[in-house]
Amino acid sequence: MNPDFRSFRGTDSYLTSEGLEAAVDCALTLERPLLVRGEPGTGKTLLAEAVSQALGLPLIRWQVKSTTRAQDGLYVYDTVQRLYDSRFDDRAVDDISHYIKLGAMGQAFDAKERVVLLIDEIDKADVEFPNDLLNELDRMRFRIDETQREVVAVHRPFVLITSNAEKELPDAFLRRCVFHFIDFPERELMRRIVDVHHPNVNEALVEQALEAFYGIRGMRRLRKPPSTSELIDWVTVLLQAGIGEVRLAQELPFLGTLLKKEQDLASFADQLAGGRRFRS
Amino acid sequence: MSAALVVPFLYALRSRGVPVGAQEAVALAEALGHGLHNSSLDRFYHVARAVMVHSERHLDAFDQAFSAHFRGVDVPAAAIHDELLEWLKQAAGQRPELTDEERALFDAMDPEEIERLLRERLENQKERHDGGSRHIGTGGKSPFGHSGAARKGIRIGGRSGGRSAIRVADARLYQGYREDLVLDVRQMQVALRKLRAFNREGGERELDIEGTIDATASNAGELEVITRPPRRPDTRLILLMDVGGSMDPYAHLVSRLFSAAKKSTHFKELHTYYFHNCVYGRVYGTENFDQPKLVPDLLHECGPHFKLVLVGDALMAPYELMAEGGFRDIEGDERTSGLAWLMRLREHFHRSVWLNPEPKRMWRGNTIETLAEVYPMFPLTLEGLGEGMSHLVRVGRG
Repeated sequence: MNPDFRSFRGTDSYLTSEGLEAAVDCALTLERPLLVRGEPGTGKTLLAEAVSQALGLPLIRWQVKSTTRAQDGLYVYDTVQRLYDSRFDDRAVDDISHYIKLGAMGQAFDAKERVVLLIDEIDKADVEFPNDLLNELDRMRFRIDETQREVVAVHRPFVLITSNAEKELPDAFLRRCVFHFIDFPERELMRRIVDVHHPNVNEALVEQALEAFYGIRGMRRLRKPPSTSELIDWVTVLLQAGIGEVRLAQELPFLGTLLKKEQDLASFADQLAGGRRFRS
Repeated sequence: MSAALVVPFLYALRSRGVPVGAQEAVALAEALGHGLHNSSLDRFYHVARAVMVHSERHLDAFDQAFSAHFRGVDVPAAAIHDELLEWLKQAAGQRPELTDEERALFDAMDPEEIERLLRERLENQKERHDGGSRHIGTGGKSPFGHSGAARKGIRIGGRSGGRSAIRVADARLYQGYREDLVLDVRQMQVALRKLRAFNREGGERELDIEGTIDATASNAGELEVITRPPRRPDTRLILLMDVGGSMDPYAHLVSRLFSAAKKSTHFKELHTYYFHNCVYGRVYGTENFDQPKLVPDLLHECGPHFKLVLVGDALMAPYELMAEGGFRDIEGDERTSGLAWLMRLREHFHRSVWLNPEPKRMWRGNTIETLAEVYPMFPLTLEGLGEGMSHLVRVGRG
């Protein structure tokens, strides 16, 4: 193995699986983008922070929205500012480069050192968005038309792309990525995750909280089953409130931290009542 | 070199519907070349999965194939690495002689990437394993050609008319392609995007740079900001779909087209209606022929600037098309034949196309031929859909 290669092993607060580590290592070595998919709340976005922390690379984040265009990630030419400035003499309006603002991808390419570039929720944008990025991601360079400047990545950034599992991404795009699907954590891993966030917590409480948590996740007809982040929040609230015991059969304190949709609270109540009758 | 290990694995993956190709092979070879597998089978599994699978839908198939191929095997990483490179080199060197499925693998591949990889990593010539390649070639019955090979698959489909029935296996191969290459929703969406057209209307919100510069200049350099309405989609589309009867085999295709159209956000208006066999006086809002709508009402509501897309096999008994009053009795319009209704629709709209899921070779000597004279008709394939959409946006009447 390459001696200067730093293998990713997670961080103190971000636990990984072997599959995820292999995927990150592949993406780092092959210099391909890493596409991470998985249920909401499985830590797709946090992975970028973890990689940035573990490898000591700065993180540049690009949050994609439905209106985001590929161009926005490269650079934006702020014509309005230039027009405003043209009224006063205090800035060199002739120099267009003052008004070129690099987007997240542009900054990542332009950085003096290797960075982690997170392209978050790529599926939110238009159906052609990923294809529009292909060329730049492959060649790691682009040209600013207004100034004829060529922005070239000296250090190919580690590109991490997250997507919710719902939507199809173009095949040409997929082929260029290393892919990893984050499974929902098994109970054992989940216990370790909770431990990482709340190291000194009473084990019995964690056990009960997990019991209730997986019990709720096992329920039918939930529109949005609680995820890892909700469990962590819930345990935090329980600790803050000084609650030492939770039971699914009894009323769960701060249920709103776990279930956030009214219908879900209703079906939760339904199924719990049904279950109770069944047991008695 | 030990027996071919990894190349059959690639083909096994493809036969299970995992769209791997040369690009994945190169990635795997490169990863192994870097020692990422770390000499452990577990790690090799994870590395292979990360570079070869691109969607969770394929994870299960990958696992099955992997366990069938590598159970109880020490990771012969060096051998796998060499085998991949050898295979790539051999295949790259004799491109014209490749079998169809090999070409399918290579079409998704950037030749420069192979070249680069080969130059960098392949030092000594290993013996060719034609046998291996030929052996793989007989796997032609498996459904190759997903994704990257889509273009090719269509081409193969188009060629089949000219082929004699010498090789039965070929027919099966073609079937396999069809299964896998059926247009998916995304491809349809992309084709439908050709219909995009924008217009500016409504509230003024967007900065008009050009206008601002002009106004500012004529204002002696005092900044004058001009705004204009943002671009909005301006395409109106009517989708008329034949359902039931002879269209049943194509139901999934039609429903994909329907969902692609529904998902597309670039239509200002999208109306979808159903008919059965032929249009007689009315169309229906649902697949179950509820919510009837009289064609004259439809024409009244939707001006000629709407684009009309008919989807149907156009196959029916001649009298269903020609007989006055058609097959079904419609009050008030009893004497209008199906053909006349269809011609009336065609006359009304400036732009219309007919998409036909029947293979093109079936278009002769039946009602399809008649209707293809009335409507510009395109096959409901990726290519045909694209052509049809281009036809809809061509300038002028046609």
